[in-house]
Amino acid sequence: MKQLSRRQMAWRAAQDIADGAYVNLGIGLPTLVSDYLPKDREIVLHSENGILGMGPAPKPGEEDPDLINAGKGLTTLLPGGAFFHHNDAFLMIRGGHLDLALLGAYEISETGDIANWTVEDPATPPGVGGAMDLAAGAKEIRVILEHNTKEGASRIRRRCHYPLTASGVVKRIYTNLAVIDVTPDGLVVREIVPELDFSQLQDKTEARLTLANDWRKLEAPAI
Amino acid sequence: MIDKRVKDLASAVAGIKDGATLLFAGFGQVGEPVELIQALLEAGVRDLTVAANNSGTGEVGLAKLIRERRVRKLICSFPRTSDSHCFEAAFAEGAIELELVPQGTLSERMRAAGAGIAGFYVRTGAETKLAEGKETRMIDGKLHVLERPLRGDVALIKALKGDRWGNLVYRKSARNFNPVMAMAADLVIAQVKEIVELGALDPECVVTPGIFVDRVVEVGR
Repeated sequence: MKQLSRRQMAWRAAQDIADGAYVNLGIGLPTLVSDYLPKDREIVLHSENGILGMGPAPKPGEEDPDLINAGKGLTTLLPGGAFFHHNDAFLMIRGGHLDLALLGAYEISETGDIANWTVEDPATPPGVGGAMDLAAGAKEIRVILEHNTKEGASRIRRRCHYPLTASGVVKRIYTNLAVIDVTPDGLVVREIVPELDFSQLQDKTEARLTLANDWRKLEAPAI
Repeated sequence: MIDKRVKDLASAVAGIKDGATLLFAGFGQVGEPVELIQALLEAGVRDLTVAANNSGTGEVGLAKLIRERRVRKLICSFPRTSDSHCFEAAFAEGAIELELVPQGTLSERMRAAGAGIAGFYVRTGAETKLAEGKETRMIDGKLHVLERPLRGDVALIKALKGDRWGNLVYRKSARNFNPVMAMAADLVIAQVKEIVELGALDPECVVTPGIFVDRVVEVGR
């Protein structure tokens, strides 16, 4: 079955980000979104370690060890960008100044709960970082994740199995198979990859889905 | 005359006692006062409680202090990073206690300590395991968690330049936790790449005013 690659998922999520938005991209898959922001929009990326106006990864020879992103990879600053300290960085997050946080997750529930900080493996120390601050504080939360685990289990569940990061905050979910909105009436499928029909998507999903009347095919350019 | 300059790293960390609570600035290795932490290790202090965003990288700075089993407890938001094997080994052995704190709460708890605020209610962490055992309160229809200040006996910080009054400026994202930790400890020790003459730092650009800083040591990087 054809499904979106990780980069195509990132591309799809990027298309929905509005001109002028202040956005935090979580570490991992969401970080890829920065490569596909539409060129005709000014979108200001926020990094929790004190950056607004974060740019792309540096070109060879232009790396600066004092300029890193939330995932601790090297980054750059765009003209108009600014540096500030950690408390201001999190004031922006917790005080509702960010328009959007696009996060990764282990699981999402049908009521918009998100679990992304621990899998409760005693051998592995947990790490929360800025996840709970972003999930509780940004004006809108969207999530980008693989629809199923490697073993085929649904990551979109009636209730999250792993400990929550925040409850009832997620508004839109991008997966390798579909775009799904979390609404007061439950999960509404907006887009599905062409090779899959709605009942096949439901079979891969633990939570109950409904199909939007104006649903579309989920297609992304070859990347 | 005010002169907060100290001649070397050993003098900079003099007087730090066993069992102390320390704040270590940095986000990963960026902004981490590696030289001060190394001096602390050489001074032999132990049984420390350390608050830091991460758990150290490779085998330097905080990672080395943990490897040498000097840290009893780590207060941290994200201990597991790409090269945190020293912490992971100590954690697996049960040789270190971990208090996991959301990153913004970690920062705000220190700001509260520096600002004379005895506690604050926040949405972050509400209805999660990290709020277990904490006081909660419904405010405007939403559950909030009471968080208490986090104060250090000592903060070790890193800046680009400083002067003899302790005014500091930083470089790019190496600023991170440094300014807030400088507000939140009884003894604040700054390592700087360069000590400059009083008046040489543009007052419009000073990020940490000298009132927060007790000692400044030049390390050349």
